[in-house]
Amino acid sequence: MIAIIDYHMGNLFSVKNALEYLGIDSEITSDVAKIMTAKGAVLPGVGAFAEAIKHLKSLDLIQPIRYFIDSGKPFMGICLGFHLLFTESEEFEVARGMDILQGKVESFSKHVKSKRIPHVGWNRILKNNNVSKETSFIDPFKNINDDEYMYFVHSFCVNPDNEDIIATETEYDSFTFCSSVLKGNVFASQFHPEKSGEKGLKILKNFFTTGGLKKENGV
Amino acid sequence: MLVVGIIEMSLAYRIIPRLDIKGPNLVKGVHLEGLRVLGKPEDFAKYYYEQGADELFYQDVVASLYGRNSLHELISKTAKVIFIPLTIGGGIRTIDDIKNALRSGADKVSINTSAIENPDLIKNASKVFGKSTIVVAIEAIKQPDGHYLAFTDNGRNYTGREVTKWAKNAEELGAGEIVLTSVDREGTGLGFDAELIKKVIEVVSIPVVVHGGAGKLEHLTQIFNNRAEISGVSIASILHYDYIKKYKNLDGYESEGNIDFLKSSKSMSRIHSTNLINIKEHLISKNINCRVVHDN
Repeated sequence: MIAIIDYHMGNLFSVKNALEYLGIDSEITSDVAKIMTAKGAVLPGVGAFAEAIKHLKSLDLIQPIRYFIDSGKPFMGICLGFHLLFTESEEFEVARGMDILQGKVESFSKHVKSKRIPHVGWNRILKNNNVSKETSFIDPFKNINDDEYMYFVHSFCVNPDNEDIIATETEYDSFTFCSSVLKGNVFASQFHPEKSGEKGLKILKNFFTTGGLKKENGV
Repeated sequence: MLVVGIIEMSLAYRIIPRLDIKGPNLVKGVHLEGLRVLGKPEDFAKYYYEQGADELFYQDVVASLYGRNSLHELISKTAKVIFIPLTIGGGIRTIDDIKNALRSGADKVSINTSAIENPDLIKNASKVFGKSTIVVAIEAIKQPDGHYLAFTDNGRNYTGREVTKWAKNAEELGAGEIVLTSVDREGTGLGFDAELIKKVIEVVSIPVVVHGGAGKLEHLTQIFNNRAEISGVSIASILHYDYIKKYKNLDGYESEGNIDFLKSSKSMSRIHSTNLINIKEHLISKNINCRVVHDN
């Protein structure tokens, strides 16, 4: 079972629908015992960063998420769930994140001057082919073209301290930003694979079927 | 940083099929009125998804007259087989309405009447759900003096609000996106109202999706070329009539409303119907950036 972590933020159902369609058993839950025994976990989310951290704290989910990630099982963060993994965010006021990955969540408006914000729609991802080989045992982008379109909707972006974890980049208004990271068993993306058509579904499938199995087999 | 190749690295223009829903049926009117039954919305939705629709937009056109259960069933059925963003509009009045729509599987909600009557709803909803979830729909009608006014209830209800002022206000309240309908052009196939679109995109910096008037491919290329600042187009007739030509099916759906049109095999003379694959190929041939689905 894949745990879809419910911290009362945004749309959890689309991730559930996508996994179900792929034949991957999943459950929306905030129950720590269920999350810890799951084969994999997703931290989805749409909404405000500071509010999300408050929810994660009040539900006592931050420590379990750390333990889960330490266990080596596949862990995916999507959009706000991607942001929350990082050190801090300047959304509204500066707020501390989970600091599982190091870096800052920055306002898009600092970098994007002449285009509309939020950045909504389909944009291309450009793969960093070195990342998966060196720092991860999972390749979520297996059989995904280098310039594939994915669905984005956001006003903030992540600037990771360590550029080696950047799995893909995307460009908007001549500003290149990190659109996903991959580090060991953690994959997190700015775009929504569950809303990116068949290609997005392929990413979910790559990560949660081959990824988990590889680890269990000790590959 | 990685090296960007020769491919165009920018946001694609979105083509968003709009499906007007009445009870269990897909309907289509002219100027948002005179609705004709076209078929089952879920069949059209699936087809558009497979052909590369960038999002889908469901508008419940008689939200206040019918129970909401059939709509929620439809959303939930759709969200199980279609993995692109789905926006729901019609009859959204409270935070709970939004919650229910999202629970059924919608990704965004589009609000018109309640946004104008109760602007706090936009403010609160964008805080609770994130602004990207909240779309404000504006139904514009050009007045004899040249001004555009916002209407509600499918263009029937006068509000006296000036469109550009309302658009700016909606952005300040926290809307993440605007869907701008020209009621004058809607369903006519006469082309988009470029003047209206220009006025609105000049005053807001959030994405604007335009709707109403697309009757042929040239209307799409024109609007993208002239008004590169729009984020996408919402289209209906041009796609629906193409689907009907291909898969006309009079059985299997509840015959509620006017199906004479469907039986008669006629289509609107001004609508040169075509499918999404042709539309996108055509746009790309004119150097207009959009996403195509291809097998590999």
